[in-house]
Amino acid sequence: MQTLFVFVSGLVFGIGLIISGMSNPAKVIHFLDIAGQWDPSLAFVMLGAIPVSFVGFRLIEKRGQTVYQEPLHLPGTNRVNRSLVVGGFIFGAGWAMAGFCPGPALVALGAGYGKALVFVLAMIAGILIHDIPFKGLMNKSQPA
Amino acid sequence: MGITIDWANFTPWLSLFGGVLIGLASVMLMAFKGRIAGISGVVGGLLQFSNVPRGHFSWRLAFVLGLLLSSAIYGLVWQVPLSVIDSGYPLLILAGLLVGFGTRMGSGCTSGHAVCGVGRLSPRSMVATLSFMASGFATAYLVFHVFGG
Repeated sequence: MQTLFVFVSGLVFGIGLIISGMSNPAKVIHFLDIAGQWDPSLAFVMLGAIPVSFVGFRLIEKRGQTVYQEPLHLPGTNRVNRSLVVGGFIFGAGWAMAGFCPGPALVALGAGYGKALVFVLAMIAGILIHDIPFKGLMNKSQPA
Repeated sequence: MGITIDWANFTPWLSLFGGVLIGLASVMLMAFKGRIAGISGVVGGLLQFSNVPRGHFSWRLAFVLGLLLSSAIYGLVWQVPLSVIDSGYPLLILAGLLVGFGTRMGSGCTSGHAVCGVGRLSPRSMVATLSFMASGFATAYLVFHVFGG
């Protein structure tokens, strides 16, 4: 039953991406390209999502556990460091080039777009390039 | 620089409603599984095989399956809007590599940082969101106006 709820979360998340326009790379690019024909619609996605997550997370964190009395896995560190900013910069550049971020790419892949498959395979390669050699080196140089 | 609004494609209400659903889905995943709905983190976890705790894969697979099937299930009831992908293959591959690498290095993407993290008022997520938004706007300008798109 719990796994079904997790599946439904993924499903509702994907449907939200479809309805909002996030799963259409052309719309994403028209949002990020202010100097072109600017479509500011996607700013409203954050305006819709953040109040809901603000209230929802607050209630759950107050309770301190899941519906199934399991612990919450919340990000531990609060440190703003260089990799956070540089990583964000690299991600933003890729996002603007093709108009895909990870969630919408998976939605479009599921819809059967060949180009989304190419993007997702490249994204997986990017994740592995980071996680295997790069992160290994980082862990050696700075103990967690 | 004058800004021209593309009124013909402006969909504030649909985008707002889609955003509410995205927020609800994130809250659901935290309520039922105690996990942050960060897509790059969920997918990244699927690619880790050493020293993973019990139950590491099942919830991630269930969540990703929901995303993958969302278009098909939405299509049972409504017409699914098109995803217009104009980028050529070289740009798609470069973009995918940057998105994969950058989201792992920056510990999250649009979902984990901008929806969950900002909602939790995490300073880290606010900085990350400002960083990828600024980079996104700057890169779009460079790609589509300076180097010609």
